[in-house]
Amino acid sequence: MILFTFKRFLQLIPVFFGATLLVYFLVFATPGDPIAALSGGKPMSPAVESALRAQYNLDQPFWVQYFLYLKNLVTFDLGQTFSGQPVADVIARAMPVTARLAVMALAIEAFFGIIFGVIAGLKKGKLFDSTVLVASLIVIAVPTFVLGFVLQFIVGVKLDWAKPTVGSTAPWGDLILPATVLGLVSLAYVLRLTRTSIIENKQADYVRTATAKGLSRRRVVMVHILRNSLIPVVTFLGADLGTLMGGAIVTEGIFNVPGIGNLVYQAVLKGETPTVVAVVSVLVVVFVIANLVVDLLYAWLDPRIRLV
Amino acid sequence: MRYNRTSKALVLSAALALTLTACGGGGAEEADETTGGDPSKVITANSTEPQNGLLPANTNEVGGGRVMDLLFTGLVSYDIDGKPVNELAESIETTDAKTYTIKIKTGQKFTNGEAVTAKSFVDAWNFGAAAKNAQLNSYFFESIKGYDTVSAEGATEETMEGLKVVDDTTFTVELKRAESDFPLRLGYTAFYPLPAAAFEDPKAFGEKPAGNGPYKLAEDGWKHNVQIDLVPNADYSGPRTAANGGVSFKIYSTFDAAYQDLLANNLDVLDQIPPSALQNYQDDLGDRWVNQAYAGNATMTIASYLPEFKGEAGELRRQAISMSINRQEIIDNIFFGGKQIAKDFTSPVLDGYSDALPGNEVLTFNAEKAKELWAEADKIDPWPADKTFTMTSNIDGAGNKEYIEAMANQISNTLGIKAELNPIPTFKEMRELVVSKKLTGASRAGWQADYPSLYNFLGPLYGTGAGSNDGDYSSKEFDQKLAEGLAATSVEEGNKIFNEAQQILLKDLPVIPLWYQAVQGGWSDQVTDVKFGWNGVPVYNAIVGK
Amino acid sequence: MSENPTPEIIEPTASAPRVRAGKISSRRIEHYVAPLEETPLQSVDKVDETATPLSMWAQAWRSLRTQPLFIISAALILLVIAVAAFPGLFTSTSPTSCSLEFARQGPSAGHPLGFTFQGCDIYARIMYGAQASVLVGLFTTIAVVVFGGILGALAGYYGGWLDAILARLADIFFALPLILGAIIIMQLPAFRENRSIWTVIITLAIFGWPQMARITRGAVIEAKSSDYVMASRSLGLSKFKTLVKHVVPNSLAPVIVVSTISLGIYIVAEATLSFLGLGLPPSIMSWGNDIASAQISVRNNPEILMWPALALSITVLSFIMLGDAVRDALDPKSRKG
Repeated sequence: MILFTFKRFLQLIPVFFGATLLVYFLVFATPGDPIAALSGGKPMSPAVESALRAQYNLDQPFWVQYFLYLKNLVTFDLGQTFSGQPVADVIARAMPVTARLAVMALAIEAFFGIIFGVIAGLKKGKLFDSTVLVASLIVIAVPTFVLGFVLQFIVGVKLDWAKPTVGSTAPWGDLILPATVLGLVSLAYVLRLTRTSIIENKQADYVRTATAKGLSRRRVVMVHILRNSLIPVVTFLGADLGTLMGGAIVTEGIFNVPGIGNLVYQAVLKGETPTVVAVVSVLVVVFVIANLVVDLLYAWLDPRIRLV
Repeated sequence: MRYNRTSKALVLSAALALTLTACGGGGAEEADETTGGDPSKVITANSTEPQNGLLPANTNEVGGGRVMDLLFTGLVSYDIDGKPVNELAESIETTDAKTYTIKIKTGQKFTNGEAVTAKSFVDAWNFGAAAKNAQLNSYFFESIKGYDTVSAEGATEETMEGLKVVDDTTFTVELKRAESDFPLRLGYTAFYPLPAAAFEDPKAFGEKPAGNGPYKLAEDGWKHNVQIDLVPNADYSGPRTAANGGVSFKIYSTFDAAYQDLLANNLDVLDQIPPSALQNYQDDLGDRWVNQAYAGNATMTIASYLPEFKGEAGELRRQAISMSINRQEIIDNIFFGGKQIAKDFTSPVLDGYSDALPGNEVLTFNAEKAKELWAEADKIDPWPADKTFTMTSNIDGAGNKEYIEAMANQISNTLGIKAELNPIPTFKEMRELVVSKKLTGASRAGWQADYPSLYNFLGPLYGTGAGSNDGDYSSKEFDQKLAEGLAATSVEEGNKIFNEAQQILLKDLPVIPLWYQAVQGGWSDQVTDVKFGWNGVPVYNAIVGK
Repeated sequence: MSENPTPEIIEPTASAPRVRAGKISSRRIEHYVAPLEETPLQSVDKVDETATPLSMWAQAWRSLRTQPLFIISAALILLVIAVAAFPGLFTSTSPTSCSLEFARQGPSAGHPLGFTFQGCDIYARIMYGAQASVLVGLFTTIAVVVFGGILGALAGYYGGWLDAILARLADIFFALPLILGAIIIMQLPAFRENRSIWTVIITLAIFGWPQMARITRGAVIEAKSSDYVMASRSLGLSKFKTLVKHVVPNSLAPVIVVSTISLGIYIVAEATLSFLGLGLPPSIMSWGNDIASAQISVRNNPEILMWPALALSITVLSFIMLGDAVRDALDPKSRKG
């Protein structure tokens, strides 16, 4: 297992360089001129324009730009934003906030998704099962920006249970509502994956064995059925962590969370290459680690699976 | 200042995006109970992250602009109606509108203890204009003699010959040519003075500016992307003294979020109601809202280089399109009142504005006439069958989608041609289309005044080769009028000539004026005395807590 | 659960490896042993030798076609497809003749669902919007399932370097911001001038496959360690054939679940792309687009949002139900009769 983990971390190196190169190229290839946008549509003297271009290496061909970026990267200089902030600082401020938000959303979707999924699976076709199906349909068909907006209005303004937006330090308490909204769509996935898996497994032979052995129903469900049903769920959750971190653009906007979703969105629009590359690189690392954890969990959940 | 900036609406999903500065018409009764206020209350207000370090000549967008205007004070400031009021200027005198002698008040200090002298202005302006400093607002100094030398690429000269320090409190400005509205510009951000410390390390200074305005940056006041805290500056003694205990700008990425905060009393002042709340904000807020015109307008540019809009047929077509837009219907149904239909190319809050310019009937909805004009144009040069009339707009900083779609429907209903929105994902792509002259059909435009003057709405936009002349309009006759207007000895005389120039525009329609912008804002029940200025920005220093 | 009342012989399986000494039940279980002559062997266990052997799929189809869940969902899907193919049969109102005169008005004669923010007929727009929405949802899902499914299955089954490369590739794709990818794809010469639903489908598929690959990979890893795989291999079936014949069919459940939900998610995602100016041109109607445009009316006219969302919900519901029915049919343990 240690060798397995070590091999994974070795893979990080080519993945990291591959990702930076790809993203650098993609941002480079987006249409539009970032410097022209800086002027806000107002006139800009040619001297100012060429000075700014030189400052961000935008007057260089692609390979030179990328090489200069890598050169700085070696000294842990991630470059600067168009506002002159070091990218490293910007990410260091935004990343913890988003990480908290994502972890909380993941916890919410895992907890409720699995519980509701188990109940729905055990009571297939009953009222509870149909109710959660309809509820998931709402989550799927009403986009996050509407659902979040409505929940924010009801909980934050009408009921006054929480602040409508997240405070400047993004404390855990403020993040409950945004994390719920963020986790809702994934909750629908987790719920239905758990449900289906439970339905498949509740007829498995070992369940009968366990029941026949006289184990309590609770124990059969919790230990035997659930554990054997979790592989697809764990797979989904592992992949979802990164999606929650990078894809929180809409939720972060609604609740004004100063996280990386918003950061990378703005950076893409502005063509601020160093920020986009840095955020994506961090996300790739998160993904590789999340994936590693998932693979380790497979082996734990089902001892027949060997790590190779 | 252009309002179609990404920075103004850092928007997330277009659905969340809203940069409508909606408008016009009457406003709420402004509460006038100054008594019993709490002068120590810190006011929270919405803003966006400043795009650059806080240097006067490098701040060209609203997020940084509103902070700069509180941290610094220039020779003049604008009162609530946009009239210039002397701040540091003792007097600004000229005999020929070409050479100005400026005397400043004594005893003023920057918050780092340095005295504000004539040199503080001259050095700051030279710094802003010099090519090597690459300041975004450098073109603001282009009227000053010697600008061309210092702003040329690779220039080594760093001082403009038109600026001369006479003594500690006096300096002179010589312009390239007579410009009677020059004193009006001096309240703009680019013209603020700077202490010597700013030139030693501009970058560090931009993070922690030492200004001379009614407020100063609190200790560690700028928390990037989150909040900017300002506290009153005790050394300031001008017309804009702080009536509160400070201003905290909260950085919002959407106006929807800010509005919800306002409703929950989690934000004190909001300067823009999001489109999703335009229908109900007056009910939500009781008497705590405003809806008043400010110096900005919205237009659609039809580039002069488009073949189908050239010549006489082109002129008829532009008029037909203008007359097929039912502006009032859009204002009523998309903006829910607010804005005022445009009757010229400027703004009604400016001195010299006229709503009765001859020829402005082309801006009034008239379906019959529009069809006639279109048919006439078709006789000269038929509109290709199946050609769609597109209206291009970047939609990343959005809030524009709705009205453009409504206009597309009106144009296609009236003229019987296909018309639709051509959405461009990013502002930078939109700018590239403009710069490389690849616009097709019409494209969204608009102007927000830098300083309160008719010229500011005309010269930079329609003068031949002017910096913001996106449609490449060129008319000798119009250029001539502009020059005459600038050379006029009085502002009134100048305005008269500028309005004559506008009549040429009404005939040529380089852009189709749509409506005048208005600020729709609101405030919490924790504050009172909230007023919005001529440029749509709240007068932060006057707000008091309850 | 099988309704067969006859007790079956339970063989110890590897899937219940840790047999623990659980509590001994205090209940006395009555053991019923049927007299041998009463129950002819054939009725329970004996293979019916006269019937033609059926493949797994044929068996599934046989059980499927009698299921009410399947019949209802299939009928609904046919209806949705009919609307998508021939919207003109379901409404005579033009969805594109919009006027602010009617903006936000309620239902009236000939306009059963009222009008949108722009004064378009909601019913007509839902009928005409079905086409783009259903195509985007369906084809993206198909592309994702085929592409992601195949890659995921290969990665999970063969493991090793193939798995490493595919998984890391997926990691990079996961981390790419959708909007960045979308901007780039829109720029490609093939799409720049004539944007269509295919642009959207390709964009969504490129960003959707890693998730499906992950899910399939996980399911395949789980399935490949089952006894029947070992049995099949020891019977001499090649590695690849075992994958196709045994591993894949047994890994389908999570794939079906995720793809039926994703179908709806893709339809909504199209709205987000369109709203960002990266999706369908405004001249192509879609439910997603109408839902997104209705956002500003949520507080005052929620019905403008509700109708297209309802149409979308019904479509997703029918696919989820179909997925459930197919999964049930493929699972021999839950097959009835």
